[in-house]
Amino acid sequence: MTEERALTPAQADDLRVIAGVIIPASEEFDVPGADDPTIQADIVATLGRDAAFVADALDMLARIAGAPLAGLDPPQRETVAVEFRANGGATVATLTRVVLQCYYRDDRVVRSLGLEPRPPYPKGHVLEDGDWLLLDPVRARPRFWRRA
Amino acid sequence: MNDPVDVLIIGAGASGAAVAWSLAETKMHILCLEQGGWMNPAMYPSTGRDWEARFFGDFSPSPNIRARPEDYPINDDNSPIKIVNFNGVGGGTVMYTAHFPRLHPSDFRVRSLDGVADDWPIDYDTLAPFFEENDRMMGVSGLAGDPGVPPRNPPMPPLPLGRSGTLLGKAMNRLGWHWWPSDTTVATVDYEGRARCINLGHCTPGCAQGAKASTDITYWPAAQRAGVELRTHCRVREISTDEHGMAAGVVYYGADGVEQFQAAHVVVLACNGVGTPRLLLNSASGRFPNGLANSSGLVGKNLMFHPYAQVYGYVAEPTDSNRAPPTCLWSKEFYETDTSRGFVRGYTFQFGRGVGPIMEAVMSEAKGLLPWGAGHHAEFRRLNGHRLGLSAICEDLPEEHNRVTLDPMLKDSDGIPAPRIDYRIGENTARMMEHGVARAKEVLGAAEATDICVNSPILYGGWHLLGTARMGADPDRSVVNEWGRAHDVKNLFIVDGSLFVTSGGVNPTSTIQALALYIADQMKQRLANLFD
Repeated sequence: MTEERALTPAQADDLRVIAGVIIPASEEFDVPGADDPTIQADIVATLGRDAAFVADALDMLARIAGAPLAGLDPPQRETVAVEFRANGGATVATLTRVVLQCYYRDDRVVRSLGLEPRPPYPKGHVLEDGDWLLLDPVRARPRFWRRA
Repeated sequence: MNDPVDVLIIGAGASGAAVAWSLAETKMHILCLEQGGWMNPAMYPSTGRDWEARFFGDFSPSPNIRARPEDYPINDDNSPIKIVNFNGVGGGTVMYTAHFPRLHPSDFRVRSLDGVADDWPIDYDTLAPFFEENDRMMGVSGLAGDPGVPPRNPPMPPLPLGRSGTLLGKAMNRLGWHWWPSDTTVATVDYEGRARCINLGHCTPGCAQGAKASTDITYWPAAQRAGVELRTHCRVREISTDEHGMAAGVVYYGADGVEQFQAAHVVVLACNGVGTPRLLLNSASGRFPNGLANSSGLVGKNLMFHPYAQVYGYVAEPTDSNRAPPTCLWSKEFYETDTSRGFVRGYTFQFGRGVGPIMEAVMSEAKGLLPWGAGHHAEFRRLNGHRLGLSAICEDLPEEHNRVTLDPMLKDSDGIPAPRIDYRIGENTARMMEHGVARAKEVLGAAEATDICVNSPILYGGWHLLGTARMGADPDRSVVNEWGRAHDVKNLFIVDGSLFVTSGGVNPTSTIQALALYIADQMKQRLANLFD
């Protein structure tokens, strides 16, 4: 298990900004960006075993940006984000996954996808039976497993 | 000091539970030591809003990522396929897809039919009654009449085809290829105290409904009612032997971390294809310097997975995504050998229904399909809930260089040397995987899917751990005999996937459990002269 590590205020700030670059707010779909305070709070609260990797990714981001990300204008942030993503590796993948997994469980976002914001249990889901007549040509096929 | 027991089983997973239940009727004193604990279904991921995220943490299939106290680390750096497992009562059946095909008759005659590897010392017909018994105990849902597999009669009706199964069935019919609803251990009706499936969807990492059969809710309650003792949080370090070269018992660490000795007249290993060779190698002694039961030198060798060639794409119609069990259909179109394909043996296609929104986002971002920035939302809505995919479960042939050994440095939390995996995909299997990818693309093309993605092999796809203590009649070429008893140690038995001589091209749990029941039956029949 990787060590758990608290983010510094500067790292938390950069995390908020890069999350907003990855998933910006959208009026068209009526959803917040991943820099939304509620989503950010979820990310920070649930970093857990991912904290060290995320902190390493943010260190890389700081090196690429050379300055706090919030201080850069939007085109500069885009340029930094492109290089950050291209440098990739496990740390950037972890940061991205942490952002995505918190964003896509936010109630507002889940509802915007036409889904119910709830755990699968205990309500479950309804599964359509499907068209069993499709199986008729397969049923008509002779046995083809090998006897041995 | 613990009182001696008649039979000591190590491991409470798929095979350990089956052998315990079967032997219970002998009224012998049977004890099972399990390194993990009982699972609490109320704590399974599907009960919480973080249900998908926990796949990346405490319910990861990789023990190295999951790192629960009951897990042991595995050095699998030298393998393109990483080991996945689960440790606890129920073992891997807690965290499996519940896809439940059987090996085919031809899988037991690989050398005779196709000139590769070795024949098994037993055949399909020998296991047939135990397949039936296991289907009843685990509770299998399926549909009789499949022309691609030997006749069987699942006790429950199959899972619905759903949207995904219907789309895939249409595609397969366009190609004229075989498909059939999969046998699965998901209860489709109330069954033996288990509630029917309500489509939680996220059932691989434990079924909160109890519809998916794991041995903690199938075999173990029956075995315990019959008198079997199950001791949890007990990690076995080594098997001790006496002056006659017989197993005398085991040294283990209890829940309190204190070293204990448990004497036994019979020891049964049920620790899977990595755990079992690890324990045998850790049991090296003056009498058995190369590890216990290892006069053949084959303990840990011939490790087989089933390399998975996964292909998926996106269709315009909505799929079932995460709103149904992941098991759906199988195809045996390419299972039996056809040398014109450029390889021998074959594979099963296992069809999926889709994934949940977080998994979709993470996977499609990693594949470069899902952009960062302004285009993110529209693209995600095009992808999410529209995935259709399948995997070729490719037969892996035994090769001695694919092996489990002891890592010289890595140890578990009790200081016991951890396993190291050295594995590479064989040439025949690699050609098979290429074939599987090409055919899968044809299937998805017939379904009019776009944005085709390939994971071949699936990195965290080492679910099936086979072949590392193979069975056979020749002590120079096998570790145990044709009924599971170690050639070298006459009161030591192995009942897990280590036994497999070849891997077949199917998920192995059904066959592992049938083997365990068969070996238990052999032991019962030979009780009067078990050690002769």
